[in-house]
Order: sequence, then C-alpha cells, then structure tokens
Amino acid sequence: MLLLLVVCFSLAAWLDPRFQARQQTGSRDAMSLLMGDSRQIIAGLFFTKADAYFHSGFYPTMFDNKEAFKTEHMAADAGALKEKNQGEETEFMGKPRDFIEDFERNFLPSKHTHLDEGGAQGPESGTDLGESKGGLVGEILPWLQMSAELDPHRIETYMVTAYWLRKRMGKANEAEQFLREGLRANPGNPALLFELGRVYLEDRKDAVRARNLWEYGVRQWDVQPGPKSEQDDFILFQLTLYLARLEEGEGNLPAAIHWLKRVKTVSPEPDKIEKQIGELQQKLSPPADGPAATSPGR
Amino acid sequence: MNSILAVAGVVIKEMYRRKDFYVLLILTVVITALMGSVNFFNDDKIVRYLKEICLLLIWISSLVIAIVTTARQIPFEKESRTIFPLLAKPISRSQLLAGKFLGCWLACGIALICFYTFFGCISASREHHWHLLNYFQAATLHWFMLGIVVALVLLGSLVFTAPSSNATTLFVIIGGILFMGRYLNHFALRMSEPGHTIVSSIYYVIPHLEIFDVRDLIIHNWPTIAWKYYAIAVVYALIYCGIFLAGACLVFRRKALH
Repeated sequence: MLLLLVVCFSLAAWLDPRFQARQQTGSRDAMSLLMGDSRQIIAGLFFTKADAYFHSGFYPTMFDNKEAFKTEHMAADAGALKEKNQGEETEFMGKPRDFIEDFERNFLPSKHTHLDEGGAQGPESGTDLGESKGGLVGEILPWLQMSAELDPHRIETYMVTAYWLRKRMGKANEAEQFLREGLRANPGNPALLFELGRVYLEDRKDAVRARNLWEYGVRQWDVQPGPKSEQDDFILFQLTLYLARLEEGEGNLPAAIHWLKRVKTVSPEPDKIEKQIGELQQKLSPPADGPAATSPGR
Repeated sequence: MNSILAVAGVVIKEMYRRKDFYVLLILTVVITALMGSVNFFNDDKIVRYLKEICLLLIWISSLVIAIVTTARQIPFEKESRTIFPLLAKPISRSQLLAGKFLGCWLACGIALICFYTFFGCISASREHHWHLLNYFQAATLHWFMLGIVVALVLLGSLVFTAPSSNATTLFVIIGGILFMGRYLNHFALRMSEPGHTIVSSIYYVIPHLEIFDVRDLIIHNWPTIAWKYYAIAVVYALIYCGIFLAGACLVFRRKALH
C-alpha cells in the first residue's frame, strides 16, 4: 500500500507541471489532448467529406484521378479557395478496366451533381433555385462544423460554411456568428475579415462596416509575417477588388483608383485592371471642352 | 427439407435468446439518437449525416451478428456433444450444414428488418418521405451479402480450430474485401510479375462484397438500381453462397467429429 501511495504521488508530481504547461498553451479541451495533431488530419478528411456530400457521393477516392477535384468545388464556388482544378470532373474513374468494375458502377453514384442544383434528384420540376434557395446544400454543414471544431485554424472551413449559410440558406446571423468564432480562434485573419465584410455588405446592407472590416483586413494582410502564398495573394485580390467596387459604387473614385492599383499588384490580369483604372481616371479628370474652349474671346 | 427447417428454427431461436442482437440494436439506436440530437445551425432538415452514421452502425452490427453467430454453430455442437445425437437422427452432415446456414441467414434477415425499420423511421422523421423501393433494394442486397458471409464463416468454422480464430480471420478478410476489393485491379496494374498475376487472380476469385454496399445511393437519395442489375447481383450472391456451402459440405464430410 505504501509503495502504491509513493507511485501515485510520484506520478501526480510528474504530470502536474506538464498539465499546467498545456493549460498555458491553450490546449484545454479533452479532444485536443486525446487526439493531438491527428485532429488536423481528421479535420481535413471531414472537409473533403463535406465536398463529397456536395456531390451526393459522386467523388473520387484516393485511387482515382483527382485532378478535377484538387480544389473542393464547394470552396471554389464560395470563393474561399483559388480554383486549381483541371480535367473533366465526370471522368475521374476512367473507363472500366474489366467486367466486374463495369458491373460495380451500376451500384455507385454515377452522375456529377451539386447539392445547390438539386443533387441526385435534380431540381424540382417547375422551380427555379435562385439565390435564396440552396437545394439541399445544408447537408454539408455537419461535416464543416465538425471540421472547424477539430481544427479551428483551418480558415477555409469558416469561409465556405459562412458563404453557403448566408447565400443559399438565408442564415446571415448564423454565418456571422460562425465567422466570429473563427476570428476568436484566428484573430485578425484577413480571409475571415473579408467574409465578415461580405455579410455586412450583402446581407445587412451596411457598407460602412464592410469597408472598415475590409480595410482592417488589408492592414492585417500587410503585417502578416513570412512570405505570401498564392492563397494569401488571392485573399488580398478579393479584399482590394471588393473595396474598389464599393468605393466606385459610392462615387468615391479616387479611393476606387487607389484600391484598383493595389488589385493590379496581385491580379492575374493586370492589363484589364489597368484599363479600369484608366476609365476611372477619365471620369475624374475635367472635360476637354472646358472654360477655355467655351470663351473663345480670351 | 423438414430437418433443415428444424435446424434453422433452432438457430433463429438461439439468436433472439442471446443478448448480442439486443445490445447491438440498442447501441445503434442510442448512438443514432445522440447524433440526431445535435443542432447544426438551427436547421432541422439536415439528415444525411445521420443516415450515414446509422447505416454504418447497421453494417457493423450485422457483420458482427452474422460472423459471431455463425462461427460458433458447429464448434458449439461439437463441444456440447449434441452433434452426435443430431447426426444419429436421419439428418445428413450436408443437411445439418444447410440448416445451420439457413438459420443463420434468416436470423440475419430478421435482424436487418429491425435495423432497417429503425433506419426508415429516422430518415422519414426528417425527410418526411419514405423511399421504400430504395430501402428494399438496399436491405435485400445487404441480406444477400450476409448470405455470402455466413457461408464463408461456416466453411471457416470447419477449417479453423477455434471460433475466435475463425471470427477474427474472417473479420479481417471481409473488412479487407469491403474496403479494398474494388481497387485490387488498380494495384495489380501497377505491379510487376508475379505480383500482378497473384493480385489479379485474387481480384477475380474473391466475392466482391462491396457491390452490395449501396449506402451512398441511399444516403444521397439516388434513384433505384436498375432491376436487371439487382437481379444479377442476387444471382452472383447465390452462386458464391453455393460455392462456399459446397466447400463446407466437402470438408465436413471428411472431418472426424471427435
């Protein structure tokens, strides 16, 4: 009994400082302790699972050609990730290699569909999906929520979820709440600020707040340490483009030109942006037949 | 035929007298109900994740019932020495095996009726629609798949010495076929000889149990499978059941009971 007591006391004394250290680093919940870094892998799997649900199960496995699914379609449609897909999305299985595989395909999902277009059943006859109806797109949400809970630092999960919640399910409040949860876990993240700004502009019609959020997002982007990835450039592109459009819509052309110049630095088509800058500058500059022309006596 | 049915009846009674089925059914119900109580963004129409979890639990439970129930049939008869008076009556070894197969298979069928009824209630409670034909196809394909499993386990129970080794080995084999059976031909293409030939042979010889796994079609509300392909799958299952039962009869005929 004495030996057991000594062992218990030694174990407690050994574990306690490690537990305190973990508490300080913020890994408080049981899930984090149990799963460790594997939760990030599982979060990624759940994110992909959500895309598989978006396609009603017609989705490549690890043994199929995934060129057309490099970027999850639900994320690309939401503007959360830059699309890198190539190839035909219906041909990932390829031709059947034998009669068994040919026969098996009759027992699998066989058509490329998206849930926001009605899924496997297609849209109901006589209805138009429009912007507010999302078909059955809510079915992807459980996997996205579980992915976010397992890996709160996976930004695209919040962006994709918020987009589908507000755009296709009309749940702007839930989208905002979810984005704010993401911002609590990832303070000052430009992508989340961008998406939150979209909630305020497109759903709450609050341009002032949207502008503030996007400008803050750009400032946060500028102070982010380390080299910028392609995805980071894509986020800046979206932030500055939306700011430029907002300012142009409100008649604030100098600010619009300022943001378009910033867009040009990360745009895949800088010539088009330059042309738009030129058009805005023409609107700003005084007309050619001004006072000197109208008073020929001088 | 009467002897076969009598043996089958005993097996069915044994299933509903044991706890296995009730424990698995209650576990499935509780886990599904717990997952169904979770609120996702205040949307009460979300159902597919629940269908997937429920169907996964049904598949696991049905495989456990099929393998565990079947694996102990012949060894239990031998251990309790009831096999001798049984074979002393006018019932042949083949009839005994047929009776055990039929009993285990029907027991699996009864279990599946209970599981799929629960599944139908769960999905109807959210979707407000019963896809009866789809559920019928899924349940019957599942049942025929379990027929192949039962026949295979019965053969295994005559080859392996202990029920535990039989059950473990068959769990691994059946799990392997369900997860990897579809892709063996992909692996074979990337291998050099003799691996290519070995893997290809395995691919063509094994019963492709994954054909009967149509959960994705049910979860995502795809239309029903064409009836001609359904019929071919049923015949395919019956052929493999026949092959494994014939093998079991051959082994049992030559096996000493002491």
